[in-house]
Amino acid sequence: MIDISIRKRLHIAEGIDVLSVDAHIREKEFVVVSGKSGAGKTSLLRIIAGLMKPEKGTITVNREVWLDTENKINLPVQKREIGFVFQEGALFPNMTVLENLEYAAGKQHDHSFLIRLLQMAGMDSFASRRPETLSGGQRQRVSIIRALARKPALLLLDEPFAAIDAEMRNHLRLELQQFHQECELTTILVTHDMGDIFSLAQRVMVIDKGKISREGSPEEIFGDIKTDRRVPLRGEVLKIQRTGVVYIAEILTGQHILKLVVGEDEQAAMPPGSEVLICPGAFDPVITVLT
Amino acid sequence: MIFDYQPLWLSLQLAIITTIFLLIIGIPLSSLLAFRSFRFKSVAEAVISLPLVLPPTVLGFYLLIAFSPNNFVGEFLQNHFDIRLVFSFPGLVAGSVIYSLPFMIHPLQAGLQGVPKEYKEASYTLGKGRVKTLFKVILPNIKPSILTGIVLTFAHTIGEFGVVLMIGGNIPGKTKVASIAVYDEVESLNYHAAHIYSIILLLVSFFILLLAYSWNKRFFKAGLPS
Repeated sequence: MIDISIRKRLHIAEGIDVLSVDAHIREKEFVVVSGKSGAGKTSLLRIIAGLMKPEKGTITVNREVWLDTENKINLPVQKREIGFVFQEGALFPNMTVLENLEYAAGKQHDHSFLIRLLQMAGMDSFASRRPETLSGGQRQRVSIIRALARKPALLLLDEPFAAIDAEMRNHLRLELQQFHQECELTTILVTHDMGDIFSLAQRVMVIDKGKISREGSPEEIFGDIKTDRRVPLRGEVLKIQRTGVVYIAEILTGQHILKLVVGEDEQAAMPPGSEVLICPGAFDPVITVLT
Repeated sequence: MIFDYQPLWLSLQLAIITTIFLLIIGIPLSSLLAFRSFRFKSVAEAVISLPLVLPPTVLGFYLLIAFSPNNFVGEFLQNHFDIRLVFSFPGLVAGSVIYSLPFMIHPLQAGLQGVPKEYKEASYTLGKGRVKTLFKVILPNIKPSILTGIVLTFAHTIGEFGVVLMIGGNIPGKTKVASIAVYDEVESLNYHAAHIYSIILLLVSFFILLLAYSWNKRFFKAGLPS
């Protein structure tokens, strides 16, 4: 059980913003923190890990106080029992895959546990390889099991699949789900990827301008998305052009650009760059703007 | 004529000892400069870089005055540690360490700054402290910079002249290093001996650099300034 209540001034592109988060996370829960880039979601993760210190706040994990600025308690990052997965993996290039795990597990480690982790990730035949010889997906696999080598109760991941192609991303999501269950982890994943949210989250917290703006199951949060027999497509608005009385939106989904007719109110809500969900129908595709 | 190898031997000793000292001082000092920010950091960086631009004689002159038993530093060392730095080999080492400081610090600092911040943070999240992180993660990933620092310091110390002459004088067997021996022999019109010293210094310097460049190319794919 994790209780977080923190205030931290953030220097963002538009000036200074205050990250102000009060959250409660249950044991063994899988929470996804979502939001636009620069909203403060990575900062929140780093504050929980102890890599960043807020001006004010408390963090309590399983009744152990990690941070209490009033009482000047700030457990150093080394003492917090966490696994942290970085966006680019941050595997140590001077060590092989197995050496990375051994370094993480410490001197008196259980070798068979490391081997099991390697097997679970399907990386046992790569144990003596150096990170630079692995593909992006393999590196991120190792990075996840390295974070688990110390048997932490809390796993924190900072956009771990951002630099990985779609097919591999699906594999990794499944594996992460499996680790979450088998290792009985409490997991907090930061992402802005809808795929991550829908396939992994038990609960989503959407952070906007430093505050939790919405919170709930993925369906509740993005609930206005029709979950009927139509298959939703995710896409990004490239541009909107006015043609006579209607607007034509060009939306990139996967490798395809769809040209769809949208109304005046609709087009105003989705400036180029916004992420949308399209539920194609024979006559009127439903376009929902995601945030 | 009997050729005196003593100055060459002395140069070699001086270079090895200076390099070892600078490696020991250089790692914590460059970590400080690379990872921490503190007041007067620019001043510290400027002082460390001074030997790059200062005439060696100026540095040597001030060190000579500072190390003299008539002055505070010299007197303190003499009274408390029984060390006399002027016109002695330990004085040469002290002078060389100061004079070659930027040649060790700069490559190390650049290397350390080039290590992704995530490596350090990842090591911390895995429960490892600063010192362990430095020796197990950071330093092994800047081997080219360490090698560069060692090579430049070594070669620079071998080639040193002004500082050594000012602090050490020209005492055979004690402070007369190879570079000074060349000057000495030329002055007494003994060109044959000067040739021998010079060609040995030239070849040693060339091969050290050659070795370093080819090593770096083969093992690290990066490193020395080119």
